[in-house]
Amino acid sequence: MIVLGTDTLTIATDDDVVRARQHTRQRAIECGFGLVDQTKLVTAASELARNTLVHGGGGTMIVDLLNDGGRRGVRLTFADSGPGIRDVEAALRPGFTTGTGLGLGLSGARKLVDQFSLDSRPGAGTHIVVVKWK
Amino acid sequence: MDRIPILKMGRFLLVTIQVDMHDRLALALQDDLTARISETGARGVLIDISGLEIVDSFIGRMLANIAAMSRVLDAETVVVGMRPAVAITLVELGLSLQGVRTALNVERGMAALEASVEPVGRHDRARH
Repeated sequence: MIVLGTDTLTIATDDDVVRARQHTRQRAIECGFGLVDQTKLVTAASELARNTLVHGGGGTMIVDLLNDGGRRGVRLTFADSGPGIRDVEAALRPGFTTGTGLGLGLSGARKLVDQFSLDSRPGAGTHIVVVKWK
Repeated sequence: MDRIPILKMGRFLLVTIQVDMHDRLALALQDDLTARISETGARGVLIDISGLEIVDSFIGRMLANIAAMSRVLDAETVVVGMRPAVAITLVELGLSLQGVRTALNVERGMAALEASVEPVGRHDRARH
């Protein structure tokens, strides 16, 4: 698998979440995604970037343009060094919320992409990788 | 901070969201709208989201909150102009926008608001 391009964005404010969406959209277009797939990936990016900001206390988003034997895709990596997720399984359940949202952020984002992996431990931050293929 | 303009048109308030909103802007709109409803006694709110490229769970919650708050203040809310790709994504996300009335476009949304509110002067006529 070849990485055709990489950008790293800092996620520290509300405006960075907007920038994360715009950046993801740009890469999705470069990758040749149709409008529906662009919208799905950008929506997932928005949910995850907001989680990084609100729950992780800020962090980074890395956007990679991938080529896997001719198949193109976009990979988004969200990393923070926040408090981490105590019960990952519960956090991935639709409707699970720590208070402010609808509890659809993580579970929703997972449904909108092709690959999803989450690594988190209490005190060790959260690391989420999602990929959507064309 | 930027604000999303709220226009008054007769008995209704009109909001057109044309920017990629950051979360604080969405929360400000929620506050501004409820204040304007109570100030003006508006009977309906029409929110045009045709400019929105995505609706995520935060924006979805904002729309549901606006609908619920305006209902308590005796005003109907109709959300219009959702892009097809946004509708597909919302459903897949599991967001049903419960309690939010939608219409395809501004024209149909206006018609829905007109239909849901009593015609002007009906009270007066009934009294005589």
